[in-house]
Amino acid sequence: MCLAIPGKIKSIEAIHNGLVRMAKVSFGGITKEASLEMLPDAQVDDYVLVHVGVAISKVDEEEAQKTFSYLEEIGELGELEDVDEYLPQKD
Amino acid sequence: MKYLSEYRDPELAKKYLEEIKNTVSRPWSIMEVCGGQTHSLVKNGIIEMLPKEVTMIHGPGCPVCVTPLNLIDKAVHLALEKGVILCSFGDMLRVPGSEKSLLEAKAEGADIRILYSPLEAVKIAEDHPEKEVVFFAVGFETTAPANALSVIHAHRKGLKNYSILASHVLVPPAIKAVIDDEESRIDGFLAAGHVCTIMGNSEYHPLSTKYKVPIVVTGFEPLDVLQGILMVIRQLEQSHSEVENQYARIVREEGNVEAQKVIHEVFAIQNQMWRGIGEIPMSGYGVKPKYADFDATKKYEVSIEEAPENPRCISGQIMKGIKKPYECGQFGKRCKPSNPLGAPMVSSEGACAAY
Repeated sequence: MCLAIPGKIKSIEAIHNGLVRMAKVSFGGITKEASLEMLPDAQVDDYVLVHVGVAISKVDEEEAQKTFSYLEEIGELGELEDVDEYLPQKD
Repeated sequence: MKYLSEYRDPELAKKYLEEIKNTVSRPWSIMEVCGGQTHSLVKNGIIEMLPKEVTMIHGPGCPVCVTPLNLIDKAVHLALEKGVILCSFGDMLRVPGSEKSLLEAKAEGADIRILYSPLEAVKIAEDHPEKEVVFFAVGFETTAPANALSVIHAHRKGLKNYSILASHVLVPPAIKAVIDDEESRIDGFLAAGHVCTIMGNSEYHPLSTKYKVPIVVTGFEPLDVLQGILMVIRQLEQSHSEVENQYARIVREEGNVEAQKVIHEVFAIQNQMWRGIGEIPMSGYGVKPKYADFDATKKYEVSIEEAPENPRCISGQIMKGIKKPYECGQFGKRCKPSNPLGAPMVSSEGACAAY
């Protein structure tokens, strides 16, 4: 039920005398309409997460990479911890 | 698709599984709160690939499963007896009511329409001024802004023939109820990423601190879920508990403030019945008196007696993680997706149907 899919904004149209911004969002080639009322800053070409016809979040491109580097990061942290073991003990 | 298919990479999934195996030293039980995560765990075979020390417990995060029986009976009554156009998300249709489901009511001639968005229901009301249109507004915090927005749109357009039959449930009180249940033994949680997209993470910090449980806000693709599990296990192994955000590409700490404004404009927090679990204090949203004209429970005099649940369904124990679906005597026998005895066998996000 909470299914939400990321898609790219293709175009934006203001309706209801400019009160409501509606976007055409492309999901891998399939285009659907989504309300941008919850994302006042969203612009054409942004990737947004859409749930039941409403865009609810903008994808943060920098954060999106972290799942691919997480294992390396914790690996490096682990190595640092290992290094600590070899440092002379303070007493 | 960008931001979707790359999170399904099998090679990196193997590396995550390897790291989980290397990190875990004792048995841990982790609850994934959201039914979307349950679906991802089962569909992608992650449960079988996790080391035997890690037990995934499937939480109550399936709105279809926890919508009260009485409300389904009300929806059926509105559609059959009051002649309204009843609009609903598709997965509510097959949920058994005390006498019949919405799908059975539709077969008897009721005008029941499956929609993708509540905003479409407002359009139907606009196009059919001679008919009453009711949207069956179920869901968690994720869906609340869209349902609230439909009321705001209808109000703005001056529609008199649109209302919602609301059954909104909230995640943090449910997590608290699960932890407080004496029978449940859960060491850490994967919090529901899309709920947090709306509400942010602030409600989870006090829970993590008070109960000393790791809570990791997690996404839905295989790599998301695996990373979330690894983050919980790393905390558990270090006897540490805090809220971490695995799904930061979507979830901001403060959530979506505009969406929260829309929710609070239309809804107020109230006690809520959860099917299979019972009443949880302050765990749902009701329509504010200001929008009573758009509240189907106020607009229509529908008093339907509370009907008993099917006694053979143990959905409450399933959703609190006390029993696994296959430990139910009816599972796969009398209770199947084609003929569900209880709600968790209906939606693909329900724990029973996922297996």
